[in-house]
Amino acid sequence: MTQNVPVPKPKTILVLGSGALKIGQAGEFDYSGSQAIKAFKEEGIRTVLINPNIATIQTSEHLADEVYFLPVTEYFIEEVIKKEKPDAIALSFGGQTALNAGLGLFKKGILDKYGVQVLGTPVTSIEIAEDRELFAKHVREQGLSTPASFAAYSAEEALKYAAELGYPVMTRAAFALGGQSSGIIFDEKTMKDRMKDAFAFTSQVLVEQYLHHYKEVEYEVVRDRHDNCVTVCNMENFDPLGIHTGESIVVAPSQTLTNFEYHYLRQVAMQLVRSLKIVGECNVQFALNPKPDGEIEYYIIELNPRLSRSSALASKATGYPLAYVAAKLMLGKALTEVKNQMTQVTQSCFEPALDYLVVKFPRWDLDKFIGVDQRIGSGMKSVGEVMSIGRSFEEAIQKAVRMLDVEVEGVTDYQFAEGDDYRNHIERPTPRRIFALCRALMDGETVDSLYKRTGIDPWFLFRLEAIVRNEKTFRDNPVLDEPTLRELKENGFSDKYIGKMVGGKKGLEIRKIRKKLGVTPAIFKIDTLAGEFPAQANYLYVTYHGSHYDVEPVGKSGVMVLGSGPYHIGSSVEFDWTCVNAVMHLAKHGRKSIVVNCNPETVSTDYDISDRLYFEELTFERVADIYEYENPEGVIVSVGGQRPNNLAFSLSHYGFRLMGTSAEDIDRCEDRTKFSALLDELEIAQPRWSKLTTIADAKKFAEEVGYPVLVRPSYVLSGAAMAVCYNPSALEKYTRKATAISREHPVIISKFYTESKELELDAVAQNGEIVCQAISEHVEHAGVHSGDATIVFPPQRVFVITERKILDIGRKLAKALRITGPFNIQFLAKDNKVRVIEVNLRASRTFPMISKALRINFAQKIVDAMFGKATVEEYDYPESVLVKVPQFSFSRLEGADPILRVEMSSTGEVACFGDTLEEAFLKSMLSTGVSVKKKAALLSIGGGLNKDLFFDSARLLKEMGYALYATGKTQVFLSSRGIPCTPVFKMYEGKSPNVVDLIRDKVVGLVVNISDIDDVKETEHIGEHQTDGFRIRRAAVDANIPLITNILNANVFIRALHRYEEEKMEVKAWFEYVPKH
Amino acid sequence: MAKSGQLVFADGTTIEGRSFGADRSSPGEIVFSTGMVGYPESFTDPSYSGQILVMTYPLVGNYGIPEAKYWESEKIQIAGLVVSSYIDTPNHFQSTKTLATWLKEYRVPALEIKDTRFLAKKIRDEGVQLGRIIIDGVDPGIVDVNAENLAAQASLEGVRIINEKGTKTVAVFDCGVKNNIIKNLVDRNIRVVRVPWDYDIFTLDEKYDGVLLSNGPGDPKTAVKTIEIARQAMERDIPIFGICLGNQILALAAGGDTYKLKFGHRSQNQPCIQEGTGRCYLTTQNHGFAVGEIPKDFKPWFTNANDGTNEGIHHVSKPFFSVQFHPEATPGPSDTEWLFDYFVEKL
Repeated sequence: MTQNVPVPKPKTILVLGSGALKIGQAGEFDYSGSQAIKAFKEEGIRTVLINPNIATIQTSEHLADEVYFLPVTEYFIEEVIKKEKPDAIALSFGGQTALNAGLGLFKKGILDKYGVQVLGTPVTSIEIAEDRELFAKHVREQGLSTPASFAAYSAEEALKYAAELGYPVMTRAAFALGGQSSGIIFDEKTMKDRMKDAFAFTSQVLVEQYLHHYKEVEYEVVRDRHDNCVTVCNMENFDPLGIHTGESIVVAPSQTLTNFEYHYLRQVAMQLVRSLKIVGECNVQFALNPKPDGEIEYYIIELNPRLSRSSALASKATGYPLAYVAAKLMLGKALTEVKNQMTQVTQSCFEPALDYLVVKFPRWDLDKFIGVDQRIGSGMKSVGEVMSIGRSFEEAIQKAVRMLDVEVEGVTDYQFAEGDDYRNHIERPTPRRIFALCRALMDGETVDSLYKRTGIDPWFLFRLEAIVRNEKTFRDNPVLDEPTLRELKENGFSDKYIGKMVGGKKGLEIRKIRKKLGVTPAIFKIDTLAGEFPAQANYLYVTYHGSHYDVEPVGKSGVMVLGSGPYHIGSSVEFDWTCVNAVMHLAKHGRKSIVVNCNPETVSTDYDISDRLYFEELTFERVADIYEYENPEGVIVSVGGQRPNNLAFSLSHYGFRLMGTSAEDIDRCEDRTKFSALLDELEIAQPRWSKLTTIADAKKFAEEVGYPVLVRPSYVLSGAAMAVCYNPSALEKYTRKATAISREHPVIISKFYTESKELELDAVAQNGEIVCQAISEHVEHAGVHSGDATIVFPPQRVFVITERKILDIGRKLAKALRITGPFNIQFLAKDNKVRVIEVNLRASRTFPMISKALRINFAQKIVDAMFGKATVEEYDYPESVLVKVPQFSFSRLEGADPILRVEMSSTGEVACFGDTLEEAFLKSMLSTGVSVKKKAALLSIGGGLNKDLFFDSARLLKEMGYALYATGKTQVFLSSRGIPCTPVFKMYEGKSPNVVDLIRDKVVGLVVNISDIDDVKETEHIGEHQTDGFRIRRAAVDANIPLITNILNANVFIRALHRYEEEKMEVKAWFEYVPKH
Repeated sequence: MAKSGQLVFADGTTIEGRSFGADRSSPGEIVFSTGMVGYPESFTDPSYSGQILVMTYPLVGNYGIPEAKYWESEKIQIAGLVVSSYIDTPNHFQSTKTLATWLKEYRVPALEIKDTRFLAKKIRDEGVQLGRIIIDGVDPGIVDVNAENLAAQASLEGVRIINEKGTKTVAVFDCGVKNNIIKNLVDRNIRVVRVPWDYDIFTLDEKYDGVLLSNGPGDPKTAVKTIEIARQAMERDIPIFGICLGNQILALAAGGDTYKLKFGHRSQNQPCIQEGTGRCYLTTQNHGFAVGEIPKDFKPWFTNANDGTNEGIHHVSKPFFSVQFHPEATPGPSDTEWLFDYFVEKL
C-alpha cells in the first residue's frame, strides 16, 4: 500500500508553475502552487519554482526559496534540475502545462538521470489518465462504464470512427487543456474541418458516443498512501453535458441527485482513484442519465490526475484546502495526520458538510473580439469566473450574476440589444443564455418546454421561475413593506434593482427603507462542518436566509481591502498580487485585514491570507453592508484594479473612509474635464481632445486636430470600444458603433500620435510626495493597448531628458492630486515631447513586475504610505533587463482576429529576466508558447515604411538559413534588394500556392503579418469580414504557428532569434538577476 | 397564505416559522443533522423516532419522495422537521410526490425557519433539548422521549423470516432496524429472522449462526430485555454484530457503560479510524448516546477522528463486535459496507 512515498524526505522539491493566464488555465494554479509551496516549506523542505508568470503570488519572496522566471518547457526544466539538484518534482500544481512538461522529461529518462522523483501519483497512472484510449480501457477493466469511444491518430481515422458511431459525435483532443478542439459534431463536413484544426495541436483525438442532455457531475477526490480516500466535494453543472465545465454554471453540492445516485457515483470515483493509486488530489467527471431505464446509468467522462480549476473551486466552496492537503499527502502523510485548517481541532480525513450552496459562473469577454463565434460549447472560451455563496439557489445565482461585473443587477436585468432576439440564445447557448431563460419564463414559456429545449434540469428552471414569479408579483403590487422586501432579498434582488422595479427610486433610498424596516442580512461562517464544530478561521459570507452574525465586528483596528473580482481581459492576477501583498502587510501596522472578493481563482480568497475573508460581491450594496457591520478604520480601494476603484466615490459619499487618496482627488483625476484642466494648470502636455455628442461635431473636431484620432466612450475599462480612426469615413462608421453601445454617454475624441513611444510611470506617494517609482517602456508604438504591449524594464531606449520630464510630471501630479497610495501614468513621447494620456490612482498591472525587478515591494509601500510610515526608496537601475509579453488565447476564440489593437485582447502575461533585451524577450516569448519549430517564414508586410523597417530582420532570417515566403509587394521588395523569397498568392488572387494552404500545411514555422494603415485594423471588420490579413492571421493561430503582427515586435523577436538559440539559453535564478536586499 | 408555527425549546426559546407539513403540533427532542443528501432515508430511519430534526443543509425537498421500497422503514419516523427552505418543485425520475404531501400523509409537522444555522449552533453549544413544534397554537407540552423505551415503540411486532432459502440464519433484533441492514444481509444470502426488540429468540426452534443488534432510537439502558438476550447469545458463543444502538447494547451486555453525548453525531461525514491501521472511514451516524467504558475483554475497534469518542468495540478473541456508525449507510457513504462481509465470514 505504501507506494510512491519519498524515502527519505526530499531535501529540495522542484515545483512547476503554469505560466501565463490563458483561457483554460488561469489563476487557479497560482492558488494551488502557493498552497503547495507553503505545505512543503512547513515540513522544512527547500522549494525551487519555475514559473514565468511574474504577477503571481507564488513567485513572491516569502514563498519559494528559489524562483526561476523561465518557460515551463523541457529544456529549461532540465537546466534548472542540473543547477539546483532537486531530489523530487511536483507536477500537479501547474495545470496541464506543468504536467505535460513533466511527463515529457520522465519519458525521456531525464528525471531518472538526475535522480528526481515524481511526487504523488505514479507517472504510469498519469499516463493512463491522460491518454484517452488507455483510460477508457482501464475504466472498462475496472468494470466501470465510459462512453463508447475510439482514439484516432489522424483526421481520416477520426472520420471513419465518427461514421461508425453515427452523428452527432463528441470529439475530444488528448493532452489538451480546457477542452481545446473538443466539441459535438453534427455532420461530416464540420468533422473534416475540425479534425484538421485539432491535429494541429494534438496527436490523438477521441471520437465518442454523444450523451444527449445527460447531467454532468464531478467529484473531487483525495487519497493518501494508506488508501484512505475521501470525496471532498461534488458539483453539478447547471448546463447538461456538452458544455465544458469551465463554461458551465456549476453548483456545489449537487442539488438534484438522490442519496443513491450521490453515493453510487462517489463509490465509483473512489474505486477508480484507488485503482490508479492516486496520491494527492484528482477529479472525476461523470455523465448521468436523468431518466435511466434502471436505477442508474452513468458514464465516466474523465479523470484529471492533478489540481485543476475545479479543485480550486471546490477548495473555496468547502473551505477544504485541497492543494495544501494534496501536497502533504505527496510527502507520505496520512489524511488523518493533516489538521483541518478551518477548525484546528479536527483533521483532514472527512468530507465537508455545507450549510449553504455555491454557484460558479463563468465570465466571458467575447464582445471584446471582432468576429468571434458567440456560442459556447465543449471548448473553453471564458476568461475567468466568480463564485457566489448563498442559502438558496435564487440568492446565489443573482449574486453570481452581479459579481461578474457586467453591469447587470440580476438574472432578470439583461436588456437584449435591438436585433438580438433572446430566443436565439436558448438552444444554442451563448454567454447570455441565463438571461434568455429568465426572459422566456417572464414571457410565459413553461419549465417543461425549456427543459426539452435545453436539457437543463427542471429543478434549476423552477428556481429561476421562482425569481421571475417574485418579480412579477412585486411589479404588480410594489409595496415596500417588511415581508415583501424580505422575500425580495431572500431571492437575491439588489436594492438598485428593487428601486428600478418600483420605478424611479435609487438603490440608496431602498437601502434606507429596508434598514428602517430591519431587513438586513446575516453574516455566516464557512466552517466545513455545517456548524457542528466551531471554526477558528474567519471565512464569511452574507445571506438573507438567516438572522444572526457568526462574528463580532472587528471595529477600528480593522481595514477593509477590496479585491479585483473575476479575472477578465484587463483585470488579472497582477491585481491579486498587489491586493494580497497589501493585505499581508496590514499586520505590520497592527491592523486586522478584512478582504472582500468573489473570485475563486485568487490567493486573496484564501482564508488564511487575511484576518477575515468575505467571499462576497464587490457591489456598493454589499461592501456597505460589510463596512457598516465591521465598522473598520477605513477601506482600501486602490489595490484591486478598476472594479474597487469604481466604488471610491459612492463609498466615500456614503460616509465611509477611504484609505489614501481622497475620493475628491480620485474624481479630479477620473473626470476628464477636470483632469484636463488640471494638466493645463500644471502646464503638462496632453493630446487635444473633446467630448462630442454628434457625428458632425466629431468630424469637425477631427479635421481640426488632424487624423488619426482616437475614439472612445466616456466610461472606459480596458479600452472597451476604443478605436483609432484614420479618415472621416472610418470615424463615422466607428462613432455610430461607439454611440450605439453607450447611448447615455458622449464620445471622447482625441488626437492620436503615430510612431510615438509609450512609457509608463508606476509610483507610490505619501501625502503628495513620491516614495518609490519606476519607469518602463513599451516596445510597440502607441496604438497597442498597454495590456497587450511588450513592456521593458528598465527602459532601454529612453533619453535622459525624456526620463527627467516624466519624473517631473509624476512629482507634480502626485502633489496636485494629494496622492497617498499608488498611481500609474501613461505617457506618449515623440520628438522629445512628453504627453500624458492617462492617470490611474490605483495600482497598475505593472506593479508586481516592477516590484520584482527592483525587489522593492510597491504593495507594501502603499500600505506604509496610508499610515504615513513610508520611507523614500532610492535605487539604481538593475543591470538585468525584464521583459513582459502578453499571452493571447486566440486559438480558443474561433473567428476572432488575432491582431493587436487599442482594445486589449490578451488574457495573461509573462515576464522573464535576461542580460539583454533580446534574451529576456526570447525567454518571455517562449514562455507564451511561441517557439519557431521550422526555419521557414511567411512574410506579408504592408506599407512602405514597414517594409523598410523590416528589411534588416529579413536579412537576419536569411542569414539564419530561413526559407522565406512572401506575398505580392513584400516579395518584390525583398527580392529586388537581394533577399530572394518564394512568392505566395493571397486568397483574393485565387491562385495557388496561397497563403492559407502554406500555413495550414505547416510549410512555414513563423508568420509575420504587418498591416498597412492602422485604420484597417479597426474598421475592416465592420463591413467585409474576411480580409486577406485576417485569413493569414487566423490560419496561423489555428495551425498553432507563431504569428507576429507588430513591426517593432517582429524586429526584436528576429534579432533575439539571431542572437540566441532556444536550447542554449542560460538559466539564472531571480536572485542572480536581482540580488536580495 | 401559508400557516405559521413555532419551534419552542424547553428553555423557552421560541422561533417563528412557516408551516409546510401536517397541521398538527408535536413534541420531541430537537436535534440537528448535517447530511446534505438522503432526506427520505433519514426521515424514515427509526433511530430518529421521537426527534424533531433540524436539517442544516438549507434546501430540502429537491428530488421529491420515491416509492416506499426506497425508504428505511414503512413510515416517517421523525416527530417533526425544520428546514431553511422547503423546495416544493421537485424533479426526479423516481419522485412520486412532494415532501410536503408526504409529511401531511404521515401527519408530521414541518417548519421553514430561515436561520437553521442558529439552531444548530444553539444545540451544539447548549446540548440537545426537548421541545415541540406548535401549529395552530396547540401546545403539546414537553414529553421526555428519552425516558420512554423508544426502541420498543420503533420495533415491529411479530417474527418475520426473510429470504427463507438463505444459507445461514441470523436473528436481527429490531429496535428500529433500517431496511438497508436487512437488505445487506439478504444480499449476502443470509436467512434473516427479524424479531421484536424483546423477543426471546431461544424459545424458537432455530439454530442461529449469528445475531445482529440493530440500530434504534433512545437511551440504550431502556432496552433491558435486548441487553439480557445479547448476554445469553454471548454465553452461547453466537457471533454478534451490533450497529448503533446495537453497539451500546452489546457494550452494556458485556459489562461496559454508555453515556449521553452533548449533541450527538448526526451527519454523513464522521471519520472513524480503525484501531491499529492507518485506515480512516467516512461514516453516517445518528446517535445521541455513546459507549464510555469499554467492557472487560473488549478493545476499542474504531475511534472518531474528530472528537476521539469510541466508535466500535471488538472482543479480544471472540466474534462479538459492534460499531456506533451505520455501515449500511442510506443515507451516506458506503465505505464500511465491508463490515457485513466481515460479519458473514464469522458465521
